[in-house]
Amino acid sequence: MKIVVCIKHVPARDSRLRIAQSGEWIEERDLSWEINEPDTYALEEALRLREKHGGEVLAITAGPDRAAEALKRGLAMGADRAIHLAGDVFNAADANATARGLADALRGEAPDLVLAGVQSDDKGYAATGVMLAELLGMPHSTLIMEVEVLDGRVKVKREMESGWFEWLELPLPAVLTIQSGINQVRYSTLKGIMAAKKKDLRRVEAPAAGSAGTGPAGTGPAGTSPTALHGLAFPSRTSRAEIFDGDGKAAAGSLWERLRRDGKLR
Amino acid sequence: MSAEIWVFAEERGGTVKPTSWEVLGVGQRLAGELGKPLAAVIAGSDVGSAAGALAAKELSRVLALESPALDPYTPDAHTRAVREAIESESPDLILFSHTYRIRDFVPKLAAALDRPYVPDCVGVTVEDGQPVFVRQVFQGKIDARVAVRGEGPWLATLQNGAFPAEDVRAGAAAAPVERRAMDSGGAASRTTVLEVFEGVKDKVDLTRAEVIVAVGRGIGKQENLKIVQELADAFGAELAASRPVCDNEWLPMDRQIGSSGQTVSPRLYIAVGISGAIQHLVGMKGAATIVAINKDPNAPIFQVADYGIVGDLFEVVPALTALARAG
Ligand SMILES: Cc1cc2nc3c(=O)[nH]c(=O)nc-3n(C[C@H](O)[C@H](O)[C@H](O)COP(=O)(O)OP(=O)(O)OC[C@H]3O[C@@H](n4cnc5c(N)ncnc54)[C@H](O)[C@@H]3O)c2cc1C
Repeated sequence: MKIVVCIKHVPARDSRLRIAQSGEWIEERDLSWEINEPDTYALEEALRLREKHGGEVLAITAGPDRAAEALKRGLAMGADRAIHLAGDVFNAADANATARGLADALRGEAPDLVLAGVQSDDKGYAATGVMLAELLGMPHSTLIMEVEVLDGRVKVKREMESGWFEWLELPLPAVLTIQSGINQVRYSTLKGIMAAKKKDLRRVEAPAAGSAGTGPAGTGPAGTSPTALHGLAFPSRTSRAEIFDGDGKAAAGSLWERLRRDGKLR
Repeated sequence: MSAEIWVFAEERGGTVKPTSWEVLGVGQRLAGELGKPLAAVIAGSDVGSAAGALAAKELSRVLALESPALDPYTPDAHTRAVREAIESESPDLILFSHTYRIRDFVPKLAAALDRPYVPDCVGVTVEDGQPVFVRQVFQGKIDARVAVRGEGPWLATLQNGAFPAEDVRAGAAAAPVERRAMDSGGAASRTTVLEVFEGVKDKVDLTRAEVIVAVGRGIGKQENLKIVQELADAFGAELAASRPVCDNEWLPMDRQIGSSGQTVSPRLYIAVGISGAIQHLVGMKGAATIVAINKDPNAPIFQVADYGIVGDLFEVVPALTALARAG
């Protein structure tokens, strides 16, 4: 079977972020980057399904030049080949624009299964995978914690709120968004990293913003988004927390005294 | 009649979900500011009692979309029913709550309609007669403003718990309820629901704990859990965790706090190495007193904390344990 995995290149989780002067994005210089965490679970699941059922795993990303790194890491983990839909427009793009780009790039591929992470750690729309399903005309399910491929169908366990789950069945081809914790993600090995260098990583240029294309109706050409992020700011919601400083021991001492004085200990 | 604002409500067992009241409160405010009529929309196989509860609020009508195909929930059937209603009524703006179900079908609906979708908003204002949304990016570390381009309907979801449900105003008289039998024929849903079940039976009940020490990914690895277990013991507390700790199988899933875990409201909650993502916060922000220990001063957990230490948990936690032991 042919499995496509959508992955995104996002700032490493512990990054100290700064806001770019434009106020429309973050300052990218000096950041380290990684594959969006939920997407690593999607990739791992794809690799496991390939190990079980045979076939091919194709990793795809939509992002600026740097995003090719995410694909290289995906190839090192074990993906067979990769497509980089390249364009600076994807930093500002919303889920709709990204999904349209991905759908166009995937139309010729005829996958059996498309996996994506449940949401990205950067913009967190939690929508790209679901929109992609609609654009590809495939059924979908989200927040998947178990995948079982049957004959022409897939049986999935979907997470619901507060510890509840459901078992669903969908016909293939289908799109699933994968929830963290579905599996334990493998590390890439040195051998994998070496092998990745010989794998096919194809770059496809995304239409630049402002060019003609099949963009969302009434919202401009391909690559432009019907919604635009601007005015990025650190939250002004004031913290009511009383903060204790100093070295660990001193801070712990002040906190303990304060908890005692405020009657928080019993 | 000028185009309406819609609030899409959800119900469970005939009762409107609390998150839907939060959204309705915002809808009422926007309807006033934009000078547009407000309608509540609800979909299901039998939504009469929830529709009645909605009709008691200040709005111009309730639209009940009914079809046997809407129960059990599938994204295909829900998308079809809501899309049909939107296409015949042309609302301007549709507000949803950012629940699991909404995340599952509304992006599909937005893509099918090819209309703007702004998910998980924590603020909405009106500027120049247009809604402007605020949503969190980078896991709650940064706020972004989002303007929408093009024609309505615009679709937006509101973060659970970001707006007070108490803001909803009652109506002077009951609003009319329009029940629509939706076309359940046509292409059947491609999804088959086989079973709905609760994950862990006999789980540790953290909801009764008076004191909770919760540990996050900041602990680094499973072997390090010892220091937080000792802290919990010294405080006579239950040990709980954020999702990544359970995803990594460092602690069992029934110790997880948050939207996909347990919701707790202890007397004292000590969060250690937890960033404070919204999915975690919804499970613990009802705690009477919250203490956060985190090395990042910008971690969102400090926005809900009463006391905080910005520092290295590996220094702070043993020191605090020693003090608690000494009593
Ligand atoms: C649908 C859905 C449902 C979810 N449900 C839940 C849920 O129920 N519960 C839940 O918790 N999450 C849930 N999540 C995940 C959630 O979005 C976050 O990813 C998660 O809560 C982050 O956990 P964390 O804070 O432990 O890890 P991180 O976000 O990685 O934070 C680690 C923190 O530790 C700090 N740190 C690191 N080292 C140290 C040190 N030495 N000393 C002090 N501090 C340190 C860092 O500064 C950082 O703030 C859900 C996500 C989705 C999409």
